[in-house]
Amino acid sequence: MNKSVYASPDQVSEIKRHILTVLVDNEPGVLARVIGMFSGRGYNIDSLNVAEVSNDENISRITIVTHGTSEVVSQIEKQLLRIVPVHSVTNLDQEGSSVEAEVALVYIYISETNKKKVYQLCDLYRARKIENENNTTIFEIAGASERVNRFIKEINEITKVEIVRSGPVAISSIQKNEEE
Amino acid sequence: MNNEITGAEIVLKSLAEQGVEVVFGYPGGAVLPIYDTLFKQNSIKHVLVRQEGGAIHAAEGYARSTGKTGVVLVTSGPGATNVVTGLTDAMMDSVPIVCITGQVPQHLIGSDAFQECDTTGITRPCTKHNYLVKDVNKLSSVFHEAFTIAQNGRPGPVLIDIPKDVQFASGTYEEKNKIIIPSHRLFEPSPDFEKNKIEEAVELISKAKKPIFYIGGGCINSGPKASKLVREFINMVGSPVTMTLMGLGVVGSSDKNSLGMLGMHGMYEANMAMHECDVMINIGARFDDRVTGRLDAFSPNSKKIHIDIDESNINKTINVDVPIIGDVKQVVEKMISVWKDKKCKIDTDSLKLWWDKINKWKEVDCLNYNNEGKQIKPQYAVQRLYELTKNTKTFITTEVGQHQMWAAQFYKFEEPNRWLTSGGLGTMGYGFPAAIGAQVGHPDALVVDIAGDASILMNIQEMSTAVQYRLPVKIFILNNEYMGMVRQWQELLHGGRYSESYTDSLPDFVKLAESYKAVGLRAKTTDDLDNVINQMIETKNTVIADIWVTKEENCFPMIQSGSAHNEMMLSKDQKQDKKSAEKGKILV
Repeated sequence: MNKSVYASPDQVSEIKRHILTVLVDNEPGVLARVIGMFSGRGYNIDSLNVAEVSNDENISRITIVTHGTSEVVSQIEKQLLRIVPVHSVTNLDQEGSSVEAEVALVYIYISETNKKKVYQLCDLYRARKIENENNTTIFEIAGASERVNRFIKEINEITKVEIVRSGPVAISSIQKNEEE
Repeated sequence: MNNEITGAEIVLKSLAEQGVEVVFGYPGGAVLPIYDTLFKQNSIKHVLVRQEGGAIHAAEGYARSTGKTGVVLVTSGPGATNVVTGLTDAMMDSVPIVCITGQVPQHLIGSDAFQECDTTGITRPCTKHNYLVKDVNKLSSVFHEAFTIAQNGRPGPVLIDIPKDVQFASGTYEEKNKIIIPSHRLFEPSPDFEKNKIEEAVELISKAKKPIFYIGGGCINSGPKASKLVREFINMVGSPVTMTLMGLGVVGSSDKNSLGMLGMHGMYEANMAMHECDVMINIGARFDDRVTGRLDAFSPNSKKIHIDIDESNINKTINVDVPIIGDVKQVVEKMISVWKDKKCKIDTDSLKLWWDKINKWKEVDCLNYNNEGKQIKPQYAVQRLYELTKNTKTFITTEVGQHQMWAAQFYKFEEPNRWLTSGGLGTMGYGFPAAIGAQVGHPDALVVDIAGDASILMNIQEMSTAVQYRLPVKIFILNNEYMGMVRQWQELLHGGRYSESYTDSLPDFVKLAESYKAVGLRAKTTDDLDNVINQMIETKNTVIADIWVTKEENCFPMIQSGSAHNEMMLSKDQKQDKKSAEKGKILV
């Protein structure tokens, strides 16, 4: 734990990956406040995703993947809650079960020799070719980060690729009642 | 559209509705419309400082001595960047401030215009919240929200950046009670907040054999009633109590339960009691590193109760057993009622043994210093100042360094809100403008800035402000011609190599005072001291009292960086062992 100038006395717990969901007022500077808190206090951001999720209420949902001991992550949650436009912070790992997914777009350099292998692999991973006016081979793959990682690793062994990834978004999969 | 007024008028109207009586500021191009409106009204007083940094420390001094929110008005660019230190200071010490900055007109934002800077970007990490107001119709609601946020929960600074075109534009004013602030933007304790935790805490205290209360600035921020309740509760328990630098005055120095300040330059008995206690009750303090010393040896055998309004302070550096999130006043009030309902009583025999032990530690007489000769010892100067001012309503401010610690050790505070010092950030140059702010808030009180010769020069330009507004602030300089605390660390940790810590070419402080049409006094020996202090008190003008003190006096007792509470140095002769000294050297 702890960020004191003096070394920590306590047993530090294991460093783990955590997904935090932060609901914020969609106002200028709000993302900078969140990111600035991470960099200013020396916390890690592995990936970050932000988009407006409700038009009428003007609320954005930020998904942050970070890693740290449970003490550090609990500090992160509390520091996030101090930010005025933050509505709520949920640690999906602590909530129990959640579902996560990300999207990757992959520009694949294709030739006669590797064409067959590429299409086979894409089929296997259910990567979908995206139609575009230049008819270049751009594939979209969505799913858990692990799956995307594996696909990228394997396609890299076949040919040269360019990749862009959204980073994961996640949502709690706990059963909720509509009235809540 | 008859009820439309200009943005600048909305600013003044908002301040008036918020009950603001005084604004500390400095004009410039991007705030001229606001200054023009200020000129046309009489309800809000403006104090013109000589550098924006002075304005925000003055507002801090005003806020902390009165309990109201301090207001600052400065221009764009350099005006805004000059208040960054003060904003950070207010953030660290939880002082409610609303700072208004001008901004270049919106069509110029981003063009590197004259006196443009990204004010909200620069001040984001050093404010509780900040705004760039682009729509004149939102101006009043932003102001009302800003004041609420500055005061609500853990107080802090809020900044409002207003482009010049918004100040000129016309819009409608909305009254304070028409503004609804969504609850997530404020701190709200749960209604029956943590009732079980309070019962758990009271139970723990009632079973303690060696309890200690550890009191911080949060008790002062919670208002004078909080201090009363804290005193009442401590008396009921009969427990010893120690206070942080920010908490001095919550419990009176002369109170039989008070062990004085704890921490790096705290009292031997206070630190030893913290080390050996079995139940620690932290009320409104945050386990700051100046207080805890080495964490792995911090109060190793105690159960810890922590009352704090800011949840992020819980388990930040020290793990606690019973955390209670809430306002001191409310929490302690509930603790008292639970204590009474349950007819709790602490075991008197063990408590007596605990006090016997503490009284033994007191016999060490940790503040003892050699007071021989005619040369004035800095400790003696503060002691005399205390003796000669204790029957007057006195506010003490300080700069940062040795003089600050001597002031904390030797000036005895009996009430909250009388002691204004930069604790968290440690800002040299804080004390004098803060004294100006305190004097503005309390025109008839005695306000003394206990200063060092180095610190005072950091905001000496405010002499002009003090004299202009006939503020009879007293600057009491413990002049040793050194940056004393830097010199002390160099002596103890860097082999006595006094790198750049000697201040050559100091001004003649008496003549300096006179050049501002203030009064300069000087004490060279112990024979002059009482006379100078008395003269200083009686003078109805700004005074600089230049007190020549022994040059190489060190501030003891001291917990060196990297040491624990039970490893205090009481004098220079008692050197820290080499290994831990080396380890401590890399720390701050």
